[in-house]
Amino acid sequence: MGIKVKVENVTKIFGRNPKSILPKIKKGTSKETILAETGHAVGVNNVSFEVNKGEIFVIMGLSGSGKSTLIRCLNLLNKPTEGKIFIDGENIIDYDNKQLKEFRQKKVAMVFQHFGLFTHRTVLNNVVYGLEIRGIPEEERYEIARKTLASVGLEGWEDKYPNQLSGGMQQRVGLARALANDPDILLMDEPFSALDPLIKREMQQELLDIQSRLKKTIIFITHDINEAFKLGERVAIMKDGIIEQIDTPDEILAAPKNEYIKNFVRDIDRSKILQAKNIMFKPSALVSIKDGLKIAIKEMEQSGISSIFVVDTDRKLLGLITIDDALKALKENHKLKDILIHDYFTTGPETYIQELIPMATESKYPIAVMDEENRLLGIIVRVSVLSNLV
Amino acid sequence: MSEFPDFLRFEIGIYVDNFVKWLMHNHGEFFDAISKGILWFLLNIEKFLLWLPWWLALVLIFIIGWRSKNLRNGLTFTFLIFIVGTFGLWDYMMMTLAIVLTSVFISLLLGIPMGIFMAYSSRLNIIMRPILDGMQTMPSFVYLIPALMLFDMGKVPAIFATTIYAIPPVLRLTDLGIRRVPKEMVEAAHSFGSSSWQTLTKVQLPQALPTIMTGINQTTMMALAMVVIASMIGAKGLGLEVLKAIQHIDIARGFEAGISIVFLAIIIDRVSQGIANRFKYPE
Repeated sequence: MGIKVKVENVTKIFGRNPKSILPKIKKGTSKETILAETGHAVGVNNVSFEVNKGEIFVIMGLSGSGKSTLIRCLNLLNKPTEGKIFIDGENIIDYDNKQLKEFRQKKVAMVFQHFGLFTHRTVLNNVVYGLEIRGIPEEERYEIARKTLASVGLEGWEDKYPNQLSGGMQQRVGLARALANDPDILLMDEPFSALDPLIKREMQQELLDIQSRLKKTIIFITHDINEAFKLGERVAIMKDGIIEQIDTPDEILAAPKNEYIKNFVRDIDRSKILQAKNIMFKPSALVSIKDGLKIAIKEMEQSGISSIFVVDTDRKLLGLITIDDALKALKENHKLKDILIHDYFTTGPETYIQELIPMATESKYPIAVMDEENRLLGIIVRVSVLSNLV
Repeated sequence: MSEFPDFLRFEIGIYVDNFVKWLMHNHGEFFDAISKGILWFLLNIEKFLLWLPWWLALVLIFIIGWRSKNLRNGLTFTFLIFIVGTFGLWDYMMMTLAIVLTSVFISLLLGIPMGIFMAYSSRLNIIMRPILDGMQTMPSFVYLIPALMLFDMGKVPAIFATTIYAIPPVLRLTDLGIRRVPKEMVEAAHSFGSSSWQTLTKVQLPQALPTIMTGINQTTMMALAMVVIASMIGAKGLGLEVLKAIQHIDIARGFEAGISIVFLAIIIDRVSQGIANRFKYPE
């Protein structure tokens, strides 16, 4: 893994003499007071975080929380008033003009909320832009651009102008333009906020697909907590220029740090965030196929359950038996493997609760959570599906 | 009746006169050089336009009108120019056109770079804006005075006055065009590591081009309006014909020259608008 981006105590103030405001902030004067007294706007206030290589790190906040200001610090579109930003161990704030240009040309690319496409250039020439600036030979850059466009599903649109495309397609162009440079880091400033909900979901999925292929380090800004929790491996919640909490979505759901975050989390559609692995539990009782009927019945009686999963020695799931069948089989001298039933639901660990709800309401048996090799990871009972939604 | 007191009279004119004299005395070569440069440029254009056979000129006008807009425009323009020829004002029209073209050329040469600087520097913008406002509200007549002072009578002061009068639109619209480029687009350019020059030439200027073209159109129209007035300080052309007609109360001559100016204005306006429209991007 390794740390790709490390932000240390970054503060950004806008105004005539930003440095003069630093002592005030450190004393804890509020943003509003500073604005009223000095006319300076505090964008980001003493923010620190780290982003791992290959991670999707989401910064979430409402408008005015400083999230866009912060992401613009990471490629120095905004120069921080104070603080350090290390990328691959180098403090980019110390870069001179030439180093900065090279850094922007090779390491980092940005996707914008309103796409930021060059309307005077065709789609292809938009995607070519970064390569053109880098001085890649013409033939090569067009080849790369065509490939990148195809990879976001825009083959055949090369010669159109951006304004002739729908919003979703325009943002694909924005994404392709950023990816064409093959940067290590993608900065995405509310890239899907301007899209309608259906297209938005499609683009989110597309981004996850692309990410599973390319493994970029992505810093993603959004004001939509559902989007944040869907995409982010870790999420930072910002308010008034300060990061309130950085954690994985589960951790934030489980332990919101303060009232503000609690309020946010209340809005969230948990069924789209929580996955099977978050709500499953290790079965307290399990039977191995070689154990035989008697042990199976004993296990069920001890745990007070009416059915039990049967696995082989590798923990591979073989089936399920009910207490009634087991007792009957014992009387009639049948074997354990004769009474296995299979009409229960199985699922993978990453399935969202949303999809589990119909299974849970339909089935009288627990849902089995299995890995790719059919090993039983855990079980989910109906109660835990429903209780996790509230 | 109360008269303004004599002892309060302050004759600033003398000081200005002295200043100009000092300027001519000490920096005469500078103004001479400018004067020669402008004159050389103007005379070559004029020579070319007067050399151009009338039928070839008509063909050219037709092609320009046709290419810049459509066939009907090409035919209309050719007809209008032909009419001017029948008035016997062909050579005067060409002289006027030469001065307009020279003034527009100088206006663009100075105006576009200055507009770019204005877009980049808020301070320059604050300084220039009232000056430009002043330049546009001032009666065009007034520009004849400094032109006369610096360059005497003739074609050069006419071009000087015309340029000053015509430069504000292209300057303002270059500034506006560049300022209006969406912030995200400029950020996008920077985020890919473009230099300022690359951002300007690859993003800001192409984006501003339709606006700048509108500025060029307006500058051209104002140049034409001013050339007519500049005939008062010795620019030969259609304007001088109108002036003479006024002095002799010769309505026939005045009408012919006047309507010729209108025709010329229509053609220049439509052609430059047609060209400007070509720079719009599909929406």
